[in-house]
Amino acid sequence: MKITRLAPAAALLAVGALTLSACGGSNGGSNGGGEGGEGGDSGSIAGTLIGGGASSQESAMTAWVEGVKGEHADLTVQYDPVGSGSGREGFLNGQYSFAGSDAAMDDDEKSQAESICGPEGVFHVPAYISPVAVAYNLPEVSEAVKMDADTIAKVFTGEISKWNDEAIASQNEGVELPDMDITVVHRADESGTTENFTEYLAAAAPDSWTHDVVEAWPSDIAAESAQQTSGVVSLTNSTEGAITYADASQVGELGTVAVGVGEEYVEYSADAAAQAVESAEQAEDGSVELDRDTEEGGVYPIVLVSYHIYCKQYQDQETADLAKAFATYVVSEAGQSEAEGAAGSAPISAGTRDAAMQSIDAIGVQG
Amino acid sequence: MTQTASAEPKKGSALKRSRGGAAGDKVFSNTALAAGVIILLVLAFVAIFLVTESLPALWPQVFSNQDSIASADTFGQYVLPLMGGTVLASIIALILATPVAVGIALYISHYAPRKIATPVGYVIDLLAAIPSVVYGAWGMTFLAASMVPIYGWLHNNLGFIPFFAGDPSTTGRTLLTSGVVLAVMILPIITSLCREIFIQTPKLHEEAALALGATRWEMIRMTVFPFARAGIISSVMLGLGRALGETMAVTLVLSPGVFSLSLITSGRNATIPSEIALNFPEAFGMRQSELIAAGLMLFIITLVVNMIARWIVSRHKEFSGAN
Repeated sequence: MKITRLAPAAALLAVGALTLSACGGSNGGSNGGGEGGEGGDSGSIAGTLIGGGASSQESAMTAWVEGVKGEHADLTVQYDPVGSGSGREGFLNGQYSFAGSDAAMDDDEKSQAESICGPEGVFHVPAYISPVAVAYNLPEVSEAVKMDADTIAKVFTGEISKWNDEAIASQNEGVELPDMDITVVHRADESGTTENFTEYLAAAAPDSWTHDVVEAWPSDIAAESAQQTSGVVSLTNSTEGAITYADASQVGELGTVAVGVGEEYVEYSADAAAQAVESAEQAEDGSVELDRDTEEGGVYPIVLVSYHIYCKQYQDQETADLAKAFATYVVSEAGQSEAEGAAGSAPISAGTRDAAMQSIDAIGVQG
Repeated sequence: MTQTASAEPKKGSALKRSRGGAAGDKVFSNTALAAGVIILLVLAFVAIFLVTESLPALWPQVFSNQDSIASADTFGQYVLPLMGGTVLASIIALILATPVAVGIALYISHYAPRKIATPVGYVIDLLAAIPSVVYGAWGMTFLAASMVPIYGWLHNNLGFIPFFAGDPSTTGRTLLTSGVVLAVMILPIITSLCREIFIQTPKLHEEAALALGATRWEMIRMTVFPFARAGIISSVMLGLGRALGETMAVTLVLSPGVFSLSLITSGRNATIPSEIALNFPEAFGMRQSELIAAGLMLFIITLVVNMIARWIVSRHKEFSGAN
């Protein structure tokens, strides 16, 4: 009896020992790979990487979590879409190994991060670029309505209230604009999309947009609103004459405004959005300062950039390897096209990728 | 002697049996006590949680070393408009729902033939079982759009009343629409309770009134209403409680904004539950404390409303006609 009872326990121990030694082996392997420059064979990286943050990246992240398994079968990534702020907070108290965030860390947060990441601190990877479309519901107008930043700001503050207002008509020669009230629809919840859109308005039309750059739409503008991207899009869809701003991949059948940039009007496209990040000024920590009032041709200025935030140096080798493998995959062409398919984001340009890879390759261990 | 001897064993057996009964009694009374204690404990823990979590927003200078909270300078500035919106929406709902509910209940209890009364009662109870998100979806896609012409008319003809001033909404996503949805939602609660109470009116009172030559309406006014007054008030307060706390339906139907008396303009007014539902998922730090503190205020509003209801009910007890 006793022997038969012991047998399973012994077997369990043996299996445990084997697994442990296998882990040891894989760690050694990935170390070697790391030193060799490129990640080694696909079996060398195993473990679970936990991150959390911006919900804007959620569908892209699902694609990445699946896709990275194609390169590293044993790399499991968990992502909590808890929101940018909570993601950064979780990263700072050690709950997450990386954070997804629509906003870069401020100086205060960066100095806090040194307790987790060591004196080297953190860096940002602009991993998720999504053009924000200014979308409208005018079934009778077939071509894209052109508006410059000033006009967009006046429409959204309610100063221009008719579609056939002189300010819009003068930019759209030959387009039959209806004599209809403009119904402005904005996000009811706090949102990175709102923040990006107001940032664009504040930078490109400072005279007409006198409000701040905000996550929650200024409450003294009385306008329609709905919850989440799906909410504003469906409300705009059901209201003729409505205009809203939303993630470009989600606007569906709605018409989209060609935004005035310099002398020309640019419709949103993946290339034009990636161009905005490429031409932006990149800070030392990897965050980008978008040039919202750019006059450069072919650049679509209303772009949501969502970062992945990593430590430059992790506390242990395993996390460093996992983070490096995941980050490398996310910015790779394969990873970016995976996200484009799943979330309609704009793949980052080669220049942005090269800059990001420099930081990612340098991920190391503290001490 | 023999008699007492024979009586004693009988007594003993009777005692034994009653001892078994006493044990059962004890178990039951303790279970009931435990249930009572648990509900009080839960309530106390909720209250403690709300208070501790909202302290940073209530006194930012003391508890979080900040001069102001995240969305306004002081907590009052932030929460008072929300409280105003919440109360306003609930009052609209009550004004619309109460007369209709009392009417339906009277119809079922005193006017309708039995054949009709029973199915109507079932349908009303069914309304209470519909999830609020379904009401919200209905309000958002159907009701809001069909209210637009009504708002236009109200504005043109009654625009001098502050409630109907301001630009009428083009989508109907206003506080008045929310109030109408809330009214539909609380209708079944008030109706079922009122019906139960109306049915309990003593038959003798009713027949006496009729025998004195009262018409049916006079009979209802003389016997049913005085008897049911306390019950009507409690049912209305129960409905008010649901209207105050309703989250999903209002979130879906209303375009929120700052407080305003105008009920037909979009982007005006917000309620506490929908404010919390909209912003809690991504809130952290001070913003989270703010939202929890707003929840605490709602807790207090409901408490006050219930206390007022109790007071009204107890004041009218003597005249209920039941005694």
